[in-house]
Amino acid sequence: MMAQTQPQTNITPVLEVRGMTQQFGGLRAVSDFNVRLMPGELTGLIGPNGAGKTTVFNLVSGFYQPTVGEIFINGQPTAGLKPHKVTSLGVARTFQNIRLWNDMTVLDNIRVAQHYWLNYGFFSSVFRTKRYKQRETQISEEANELLEVFDLMQFADEFPKNLPYGTQRKLEIARALSTKPKLLLLDEPAAGLNSADAKDLIRLIRWIHETFDVTIWMIEHHMDVMMELCEQIKVIDFGETIAEGNPEDIRNHPAVITAYLGDDNI
Amino acid sequence: MKHHSLNALLAIVAVLLLVAAHFGWIDNYIQIVVMTIGINIIMSTSLNLVNGNMGEFTCGHAGFMCVGAYVSSIISVLCFGSKFGDPMLPAGSVLFVFPFILLIGGAVAAVSSLLVSVPSFKTRDDYLAIISIAVNYMIISALENMNFIGGSRGFQGMKDTYWAMIDIFDGPWMLFWVINFTIFTVWVIRRFISSTYGKGVNAICQDEVAAEIMSVNTNKIKIINFMVAAGLAGCAGGLYAHIIGYVNPQSFNILKSTEAMVMVYLGGMGSLSGAIISAILFTTLMEILRSQAIIDGMLSPVTFIFPDWEPSAGVIKWVMIPLLLVIVMQFRPEGIMGNRELSDVFPKLKKFYRFK
Ligand SMILES: Nc1ncnc2c1ncn2[C@@H]1O[C@H](COP(=O)(O)OP(=O)(O)OP(=O)(O)O)[C@@H](O)[C@H]1O
Ligand SMILES: [Mg+2]
Repeated sequence: MMAQTQPQTNITPVLEVRGMTQQFGGLRAVSDFNVRLMPGELTGLIGPNGAGKTTVFNLVSGFYQPTVGEIFINGQPTAGLKPHKVTSLGVARTFQNIRLWNDMTVLDNIRVAQHYWLNYGFFSSVFRTKRYKQRETQISEEANELLEVFDLMQFADEFPKNLPYGTQRKLEIARALSTKPKLLLLDEPAAGLNSADAKDLIRLIRWIHETFDVTIWMIEHHMDVMMELCEQIKVIDFGETIAEGNPEDIRNHPAVITAYLGDDNI
Repeated sequence: MKHHSLNALLAIVAVLLLVAAHFGWIDNYIQIVVMTIGINIIMSTSLNLVNGNMGEFTCGHAGFMCVGAYVSSIISVLCFGSKFGDPMLPAGSVLFVFPFILLIGGAVAAVSSLLVSVPSFKTRDDYLAIISIAVNYMIISALENMNFIGGSRGFQGMKDTYWAMIDIFDGPWMLFWVINFTIFTVWVIRRFISSTYGKGVNAICQDEVAAEIMSVNTNKIKIINFMVAAGLAGCAGGLYAHIIGYVNPQSFNILKSTEAMVMVYLGGMGSLSGAIISAILFTTLMEILRSQAIIDGMLSPVTFIFPDWEPSAGVIKWVMIPLLLVIVMQFRPEGIMGNRELSDVFPKLKKFYRFK
């Protein structure tokens, strides 16, 4: 991994968050959150229900603007950027509840996610200009390639709603990767999967981590999944960071044990 | 090429219609009906972009038709009429200039759609519906208060433009323009929504949050989509104004907007072929129900029991059409076509034409 071969100071972190706080009315969902993710890392974010994990992802992907604090993607500040702009800086994500476009074919789900580099507009689409044709061919080729790589080609013309749940999860990850992100945020990718599907998913995430040049940050409730995959884990509770370290440290951390007391997941 | 067979068929029908109209094989009434069908196709397919493909709920489409009608009428009168002084352009240029007059009307209507699309960044559903109705009213009231273009008495003088065309060649010119603009509309919409760019519109409909996060500039796509829809409605307004030769703000009130909505919901949301089919059916039905004889015949069992009742076609029509909508919504809420295209219903058609 690059992070180990080069001196630390020369590389820009893929994600840097400084003092991020998110206030929803009287509720402080995220409080003074800090993180630095270096290229190639696979990091976990855990915490009990309502701890503010999804909110952290919503902030990083530009869906909310933090009340206080700064976010940098590849060294670029995201303050004031709309989510689609943040995506074009190199962040892609999946959702806790799958959010595919259900009445669009699997292939179109991938194609529409290419808006960030479309570079043509309404008139090109109507007059089918040279640039339009070039782009559409490129997009089709890349989308087909991606489906092939993800072993989803046989579903290309299906609607996502007709696919098994595990396949939908996989497609959502494929769609996120189709934007060629530097940082991939996975919000509970194993939620709702049976143990066989969850095993496949672990394999898939590990394979993505090895194959694509992408930093992965994932939220997951299944501790076994996290233990197997992540090098580093961050734990939050009531918006506060209560622990971070490698999986073994986290498992034995007193604050984590208290936060999860009575929770069967750990 | 087989894929062009539908285009060829369309061209033949269009030429046949024009020839038949020119030699008087079809009378003026039929020509008016055909032109109304064309205008209604433009209205329903363009509204379908917003209410069907994008899944917004707007009810003020006639407002944009109104803007297009007035703008193109005024330009038309300035260029070829004598109402505001001498014509600005030589009458001989009319055939070249007229489509641009319609397009300018459409362009201004497109800009006016910002009144609805900008609020749509933050609002949806019922609230946007109310905003769109309000905009419809705003446009009408504004025009009613502009006395230099006739105010609530309406505006006329566009017939001069038509006469200028007749002077060049005595043919069914308005039918010609309607046919061309109808085909133009369907062509633009089909190409737009089948591109990856235009599919962003469907993505917004199905999951706006996912669309924005997956790099679709949702606000921009909304603006563009509203502009295309309103722009085409504006062209329809320009055509309407030049067919009738007279416009009045009240011709574009909420009742006219409702007609467009009925066609969209009848045809099936998001289905281009559905919008076309329902525009044809709807217009034909409207015409049939205009006939007092048919209404009398249909209601003869009732009038037999209540001999004093004399139903009037104009009134009964507006009972029948909402009733039709109620029946469709009750028994086939997805409309005639649902969100499918003709080629999904009859896969064999794909041999002749790519519908998507
Ligand atoms: N848009 C919002 N407005 C108000 N409160 C919110 C909003 N989004 C989240 N919250 C609140 O912020 C807190 C953190 O929510 P969040 O969804 O981030 O939790 P989470 O850690 O992802 O939980 P889970 O494990 O259940 O997914 C919760 O109390 C939630 O109710
Ligand atoms: Mg969550």
